[in-house]
Amino acid sequence: MTTNAPALLVLEDGRTFRGRSYGAPGETFGEAVFSTGMTGYQETLTDPSYHRQVVVQTAPHIGNTGVNDDDPESGRIWVAGYVVRDPARRASSWRSRRSLDDELAAQGVVGISGIDTRALTRHLRERGAMRVGISTVETDADALRQRVLDSPEMLGADLAAEVSTKEPYVVPADGERRFTVVALDLGIKSMTPRRMAERGIEVHVLPATAGIDDVLSREPDGLFLSNGPGDPATADGPMHVVRAALERDLPFFGICFGNQVFARALGFGTYKLGYGHRGINQPVQDRGTGKVEVTAHNHGFAVDAPLDGPTETPYGAAEVSHVCLNDDVVEGLALRDQRGDLKAFSVQYHPEAAAGPHDAAYLFDRFTDVMSAAPSAAKEV
Amino acid sequence: MPRRTDIDSVLVIGSGPIVIGQACEFDYSGTQACRVLRAEGLRVILVNSNPATIMTDPDIADATYVEPITPEFVEKVIALERPDALLATLGGQTALNTAVALHERGVLERFGVELIGASIDAIERGENRESFKKIVEEVGGETARSEICHSMDDCFAAVEKLGYPVVVRPSFTMGGAGSGMAFDEEDLRRIAGAGLDASPTTEVLLEESILGWKEYELEVMRDGADNVVIVCSIENVDPMGVHTGDSVTVAPALTLTDREYQVMRDQAIAIIRAVGVDTGGCNIQFAVDPDDGRLIVIEMNPRVSRSSALASKATGFPIAKIAAKVALGYTLDEIPNDITGETPASFEPTLDYVVVKAPRFAFEKFPAADSTLTTHMKSVGEAMAIGRNFTEALQKALRSLEKSDGALDFASEPGDAKELTERVSRPYDGRLRDVVDALRAGATVDDLYAATRIDPWFLDQLLLLTEVADDVRKAPQLTPDVLREAKRHGFSDVQLAALRGTSAEVVRGVRHALGIRPVFKTVDTCAAEFAAKTPYHYSSYDEETEVSAREREAVIILGSGPNRIGQGIEFDYSCVHAAMALHEAGYETVMVNCNPETVSTDYDTSDRLYFEPLTLEDVLEVVHAERQAGPVAGVIVQLGGQTPLGLAAALAEAGVPIVGTSPTAIDLAEDRGSFGRVLGEAGLPAPKHGTASSFEQAREIAHTIGYPVLVRPSYVLGGRGMEIVYDDATLADYIGRATEASPEHPVLVDRFLDDAVEIDVDALFDGDELYLGGVMEHIEEAGIHSGDSACALPPITLGRDELTRIKASTEAIARGVGVRGLLNVQYALAGDVLYVLEANPRASRTVPFVSKATGVPLAKAAARVMLGATIGQLRAEGLLPAAGDAVDLPADAPVAVKEAVMPFNRFRTPDGRTVDTLLGPEMRSTGEVMGIDEQFGTAFAKSQSAAFGALPTSGTVFVSLANRDKRHMIFPVKRLADLGFTILATAGTAEVLRRNGVTAEVVRKRWVGHEPDGTPTIIGRILAGDVDLIINTPSGTTTGGSPRADGYEIRRAAIQGNIPCITTTQGLAAAVQGIESLRAESVGVRSLQSWADR
Repeated sequence: MTTNAPALLVLEDGRTFRGRSYGAPGETFGEAVFSTGMTGYQETLTDPSYHRQVVVQTAPHIGNTGVNDDDPESGRIWVAGYVVRDPARRASSWRSRRSLDDELAAQGVVGISGIDTRALTRHLRERGAMRVGISTVETDADALRQRVLDSPEMLGADLAAEVSTKEPYVVPADGERRFTVVALDLGIKSMTPRRMAERGIEVHVLPATAGIDDVLSREPDGLFLSNGPGDPATADGPMHVVRAALERDLPFFGICFGNQVFARALGFGTYKLGYGHRGINQPVQDRGTGKVEVTAHNHGFAVDAPLDGPTETPYGAAEVSHVCLNDDVVEGLALRDQRGDLKAFSVQYHPEAAAGPHDAAYLFDRFTDVMSAAPSAAKEV
Repeated sequence: MPRRTDIDSVLVIGSGPIVIGQACEFDYSGTQACRVLRAEGLRVILVNSNPATIMTDPDIADATYVEPITPEFVEKVIALERPDALLATLGGQTALNTAVALHERGVLERFGVELIGASIDAIERGENRESFKKIVEEVGGETARSEICHSMDDCFAAVEKLGYPVVVRPSFTMGGAGSGMAFDEEDLRRIAGAGLDASPTTEVLLEESILGWKEYELEVMRDGADNVVIVCSIENVDPMGVHTGDSVTVAPALTLTDREYQVMRDQAIAIIRAVGVDTGGCNIQFAVDPDDGRLIVIEMNPRVSRSSALASKATGFPIAKIAAKVALGYTLDEIPNDITGETPASFEPTLDYVVVKAPRFAFEKFPAADSTLTTHMKSVGEAMAIGRNFTEALQKALRSLEKSDGALDFASEPGDAKELTERVSRPYDGRLRDVVDALRAGATVDDLYAATRIDPWFLDQLLLLTEVADDVRKAPQLTPDVLREAKRHGFSDVQLAALRGTSAEVVRGVRHALGIRPVFKTVDTCAAEFAAKTPYHYSSYDEETEVSAREREAVIILGSGPNRIGQGIEFDYSCVHAAMALHEAGYETVMVNCNPETVSTDYDTSDRLYFEPLTLEDVLEVVHAERQAGPVAGVIVQLGGQTPLGLAAALAEAGVPIVGTSPTAIDLAEDRGSFGRVLGEAGLPAPKHGTASSFEQAREIAHTIGYPVLVRPSYVLGGRGMEIVYDDATLADYIGRATEASPEHPVLVDRFLDDAVEIDVDALFDGDELYLGGVMEHIEEAGIHSGDSACALPPITLGRDELTRIKASTEAIARGVGVRGLLNVQYALAGDVLYVLEANPRASRTVPFVSKATGVPLAKAAARVMLGATIGQLRAEGLLPAAGDAVDLPADAPVAVKEAVMPFNRFRTPDGRTVDTLLGPEMRSTGEVMGIDEQFGTAFAKSQSAAFGALPTSGTVFVSLANRDKRHMIFPVKRLADLGFTILATAGTAEVLRRNGVTAEVVRKRWVGHEPDGTPTIIGRILAGDVDLIINTPSGTTTGGSPRADGYEIRRAAIQGNIPCITTTQGLAAAVQGIESLRAESVGVRSLQSWADR
């Protein structure tokens, strides 16, 4: 049997794991986070929200279905490093084009395999997400740890611009165009505009740096803010865009980072969770209907908003619409106008569900409903 | 939504006897459900005919009816108890079918009983193939192209459209009974013909072949607010064509991308909604074309199933418990996840380990049966293992099967690659082992994929194992790296020893010296996202262990492993009781077992659960881990049957304290010579016997003691390899075969006591006092394995003198052997001599039956005695009766009859014929039922109703007897004639009957074709349903070598026609009593609690 070169993983608090190199050789740093999905590694790797994060997969077997050209959520792998227990030696799927190992190596992603990923996960659960380094060139754990401590922290990191598209682009509606939406790309996943396009929405994806004038120039029926990496407290630019849109009663929908920016626009705070929510099995309750949906999550920060009733804001009454039943974390916000009609909303989780269950897909329908009802909307239907 | 307030009492229907396709998983689910319902303050009424279940313990339900699960009897229970609701989704297909029958008879409506869980409409929609197909299409799914057929003509028309091969699936049968793959017209006639017979609606489905496709199953849970979650995905390693119950399966699914998985998930959820399963669990099976991903929905079960039990154990999400709660109106978000304690049940478990389930077969018990695996389930049990990767889990699962050829073999010569590759294209028990051999012999993953259609990812994992094995073999020495790598992929010390040409002890020594031991991880439903409160552990060669320290003294209970014939739920029952009693007594109870179907592997049963193989290596590691965690009082080996008992000596040798009867005493009872001396000293006679290591010796012994003789290999369970032989020729034949059965042990030759009454005794001994738990009189004569024989308690023909003798003898044996705990003794009463046949210093198969029949929790008491309590103490505590035992049962004690249930209808010979049904000294039953009533006749009639179907009270009886039985049969047959039965008999039998004043119509002893005048033969008449009862005793040898013994065709027709068939004279006498009782009185029902209060 052939075995890969040794690799070393050191956390900022000194906990050390020794395993084997996986993907590219080299050295990498980032915030260590664990993801509990049992499927969807390809989507996870290409999710821009994982920029600067080293992802630990709790599912032991990774790479079994290889890599295909349909499932990536963006044009590249974003994770800063990859930690798995048992990488596949042979991929098996009629859709597979190449092995994950080769793909990681080709994209220069440094990873480690063969370590006790559960022990690492439990450590992160107990101590919180923290910085980590993986190296196939360093064998001295103390030396690597020093470099980990020198690497930047996630708190206060402004990363949206790093992952955002540089040029605007348009995703046409499937069939007849019913609405036009501007999507601010803070790290958007490719499934998100697809889910909108399926509903007759033409999506104009603009860079994270776009201002309200750029948005309005597209004559949109609604504004959308995507998911993305980094600390939402740094995202002042997008927040001002949201406020300007709300002032104009432009229908708004936000996902993940977009939810946090929306919260800030409404005057709520955000904070960093101990170890975040990353997985595709999270129970979220819609507080309006009482229904529970199983949802895909990827967030290390959360919104700080009162659960016990609506809050008056300059734009209307805002309330927490969704909560995670595991830990009561705010998972969605709804803003209503004076008549009580929904004018803007957001969720902390991923209704586009790639990877993950499709339970929350109705939220895209809700967005079209809000746009249909909006007085200013240039309705074509 | 809080729980409904309009329901105060619920009737729960169990699944009855353990049969292939429906085993103790329904005890697990039913027990969970009953506990939930009671905890909610409801009155729980239970019907289950199986006494070996935990759910029929009197403290699980408020009213426990050990009565036949037939619409007639359940109606009587409903009439008496008037429950508000019926929960039928937790007792397998038996409960579901009974509920449908009760509905159809108008019983539910008449008594105002609401069916909760799944409605009749939902059951119909889910189980009726035509309506199910429509539903799947409506939600955008696809089903295999198929045609519904109600006759053979329909079948021929259908196959014109579908083309061969076609899959034949009968409607409304369990475990896929009667289904199969037809490759040509001959197959079709055979399989579809039997399927039409087996289906209660005379309906089969013919369907396009999706043989070789990837197969998946999703476990789905829905609440009354329409919240739906997927509890678990399961992937079959054996592709489509092998019944899921017979496949090696893995959880979670390992070879699907998220896209495909989510499509499957969406369809499953849409289907459960459209079928309208209001609340509860169900499973949905899918097939995926490996070439293009075409997804086909195969079927659904609108109820909790075998897979639900597996999924519950695999994920830590207790499906049955949650199903019961949502049936009462709770929503999933209102139900806490027990394991984390802080998160709700409205989530989907995620696994950071791999679970492998492997089936356990019993083809060795049915040598004539075809071992090819089909869509018709044949396995009798299963083992599950958990590892941190597939290879570790697979190897652990295979060694959990406890078969000499269970674990993969990497050491011996593999054989020829081409030949092996050809062989593995047919699925059979042990195929994976041959696949590995083929890889070792040089076949490629692609070759084997072409031959088996097992997914290349799995095949590559097997290849990985062969590469690791090569590294081990070639390594200059066992370095830590080499050992760790091998252990990481699940290699046992035994496998490593074989590769290194040394012993497992040496490997273990090296391993421990190097500090290479497994760690124990936790099943926590959430991949460590939240802390687990429940210590449900599995071993893995990884870095960090999660066993927590404890203060209380621990008792480790070794379970009984996978169900097999001879070792099943009865032993699990005793283990569970030990856990309960010892927890109560202040010990920390630690369960070790690998059977996912059982109550013992519920994380709620013991204080700690280790889901581990029951091999010496695995058990020693658990003991080590627990000793690190705190004080260990000892290990209990005498409750789980032969499996833990077989480990006793080696555990003791390794310094592990065994509580209860010592390993030396166990040996003493099993060793012929020393046990003979115990009997000698006590003055107890045993049948003449000898021990032979060659045919010549055996023949000499047989001639000395006289034929017939009972021959068997030493150290056996369930009468494995035991036969009665009548002459030198059969003896020679037997020795030839038996030496294969047990190479290291000689053959025992015993005088066979013809016409003796066999007696089974379960007793408890504390070193000083003996408590006689129960004395059971077998209905069949000695020679029929005790596990297959019906028996009665209290004994129906024994007087107080005999009971006193039995107690004295049992006490002498207990004292002589040195028993601390349970002892089972088998006696034969011949003439007036009480012979000792054998003694087993352990829990027997009959412990739960005795406990149910007498209301005394024997196994609980035994566990306490093993840890030092005295019988006097237990009497004072109230665990045992204050005074008396089975010698002095009250005069009005009810009579309980245990009847065995046989799996003959599951097996076919390679040419498609039913295997023979004769009883013999080798045990072949899979389960048992109990009938209980005032007197023997009624109790026996109930046991027959529960096991096979009601005895007829009028009609036609066909009698064909061996010469030696004719004398005994005259009276009972005459009685049947007097009761108005029409008697048919073969010429010889008719002649004897005529001389005794019984008129019988003579039928020719010719089994096939037609009579010369064109009238049907007796076989035709049986199959046409013209015969209501068959009495056929075989002449010549009993079983084993000659499956075509006389009368085989008759017994085969009886199985096909589902007609009661009695094959012993004693059985007939009992049946006649039963028939008389049925005719004389209206048979009532009564709960165990009510019997106890009397």
